[in-house]
Amino acid sequence: MNMNTIKKILGLVWMLLAPAIICFLVSQAIQKIATAGALTKSNVTLQWGIILTIFTPICIGFFIFGFYAFKGAYDQLPASSKDLE
Amino acid sequence: MSLDKKPSKIILVIGASSVGTLIEWYDFYIFGMLATIISKQFFPSDAGTSALLSTLAIFAAGFIVRPFGALVFGRLGDIIGRKYTFLLTLVLMGGSTFAIGLVPGFTTIGWAAPILVLMLRLVQGLALGGEYGGAATYVAEHAPANRRGFWTSWIQTTATLGLFLALGVIILIRSNQGVEAFSAEWGGWRYPFWLSIILVAVSIIIRMKMSESPMFTKLKAEGKTSTNPLKESFGRKANFKMVLLALFGAVMGQGVIWYTGQFYAQSFIETVCKVEFVQSRNLMLWAILFATPFFVVFGYLSDRIGRKWIMMLGMLAGIITYRPIYQYFLDTTNAKNRIEKIDLAHTVVSEKLASIDVKDGTKLYLVQKYDTAYTDGAVFSYTKTDTLHLTNRLEDPSVGSIQYTQVNTINPTKVDTIQVKLKPAKGMLLDATKMAEVNIAAASLKPNVLVEKTLDNTTYWNLIWLVFVQILYVTMVYGPIAAFLVELFPTKIRYTSMSLPYHIGNGVFGGLVPFLGTLIVEFTKTADNPVGDPLAGLWYPIGVASLCLLIGVIYLTNKVDKEVMDESKK
Repeated sequence: MNMNTIKKILGLVWMLLAPAIICFLVSQAIQKIATAGALTKSNVTLQWGIILTIFTPICIGFFIFGFYAFKGAYDQLPASSKDLE
Repeated sequence: MSLDKKPSKIILVIGASSVGTLIEWYDFYIFGMLATIISKQFFPSDAGTSALLSTLAIFAAGFIVRPFGALVFGRLGDIIGRKYTFLLTLVLMGGSTFAIGLVPGFTTIGWAAPILVLMLRLVQGLALGGEYGGAATYVAEHAPANRRGFWTSWIQTTATLGLFLALGVIILIRSNQGVEAFSAEWGGWRYPFWLSIILVAVSIIIRMKMSESPMFTKLKAEGKTSTNPLKESFGRKANFKMVLLALFGAVMGQGVIWYTGQFYAQSFIETVCKVEFVQSRNLMLWAILFATPFFVVFGYLSDRIGRKWIMMLGMLAGIITYRPIYQYFLDTTNAKNRIEKIDLAHTVVSEKLASIDVKDGTKLYLVQKYDTAYTDGAVFSYTKTDTLHLTNRLEDPSVGSIQYTQVNTINPTKVDTIQVKLKPAKGMLLDATKMAEVNIAAASLKPNVLVEKTLDNTTYWNLIWLVFVQILYVTMVYGPIAAFLVELFPTKIRYTSMSLPYHIGNGVFGGLVPFLGTLIVEFTKTADNPVGDPLAGLWYPIGVASLCLLIGVIYLTNKVDKEVMDESKK
């Protein structure tokens, strides 16, 4: 198995991992907000709101990264700026 | 334009860029270092909305807006040039920092205080988001190709030195003024903010004399600058895939290693291990001082052997050793692992005070301060507060403070009756010798015990070396990263393209290490184990660094791009 195959297989792993992380965070948020006491409920809701707002777009970026890797976009990294055109 | 034969010019470039960047980091960190005082001054002390605002402001806001600053100022830097953009960020940072020092406290202007501070903190975050990418790009574009890692590593020292300067200034003012004067509404904690305006003014004068980056000047003269850097950076797959690779394969891991070594370590030593305020900060200062030269060492080394493996090794070292290091912190500061001095009394009571809850007059707080000395020279100071509920209301609950002179037993929670000597509050007419006898209805089951540990010399230095080791990892991941990022992107969109992954990696992944680390520890607390697992917070940086290490090892190349003058490649 060469390195490019590993990159592609891992690309698939990243594509699965990204939504899994979002699901994990959402489930944690629901659980923690539900079990929070009356005094801390608004604080806990805000904390999880911040976490989800920040990490959801990052996970989407991670999914795209996985997609690019799966499609072989990282098989050959650019050697010069010309390759980035 | 080559600077290979003009080392004096590059030293000037580095000096001028570094001083400004250092001051921006200083401005950004004094807020974090003074977070406890700031939250007391600018936010009401009761729970509820104030707690929300303080949480938002202190833990997250400044970090979260950094990527937005990267977008706004990165775009400007790629359109109008590096020099004027990071002059602008410097003015914004210095101005907002100085202004924070001028905002009256919550007691004076109410809700306007936290709102103003929050807004100024956002400006700080935006300015920092624009500053670093500009400075790194500017230096890299001046540096000779074969020494880019070495020269940009000087810029990399500024973040750590900014932290060092912030710590040093705060300790200096606090020790000169004393705790009370320092923490007052218009006390010494404001001086570090005011000092910023002088530092920024000096830096602006230096930067005004700098010339524009030679590569950018050339592109501009040829009319080849980007008209829409954001679209070119993130709208084109060829470039966007490199932005994602930079983030997930390098900067994400670098960010968590940085903030674990330099922020989480200090927070852990102070709040979990309970090491005394000044000693915990001095400890950080020594570790930073010893480790800082290694930024340059690893920057230099990255020019010789490549950037990738140095950064990956730094991450691997953190992943493997964080838990043993923090376990040692816990064990070595644990009173159970020490031998008390047997030639002295078990505890030396240094102070006994009592105060009454003025709202109801039936709650009496007994405060006992005592020190426990150990054979190795360490002294742990305890402040134990017992809450006693009185059966009879004190005659005058508005009495400011009370000294109790007689306690029936060593344990004041067990007493039935105590005599208190009333001491009048300032301006009150009251017989200072008046004695009052109060009956105790109930004592709080769990006294509140605050601990401050003054470490013995050996433990103190062991902690310094272990923090030093963590900062050494920081120098490995952070020393070469500016050159690494510069070499990933073309000149015309470099400022924008490298700034965004850098600030997501550092501002978001890294900046949230203390906050998420604390949150994870909270999750481990149960009714059976109310303390939780104090090491659980480390799973966040370890997890992120592990993922980044795997991606970096598989996807990154170790090749050093000798030529970032894109045009000559074509």
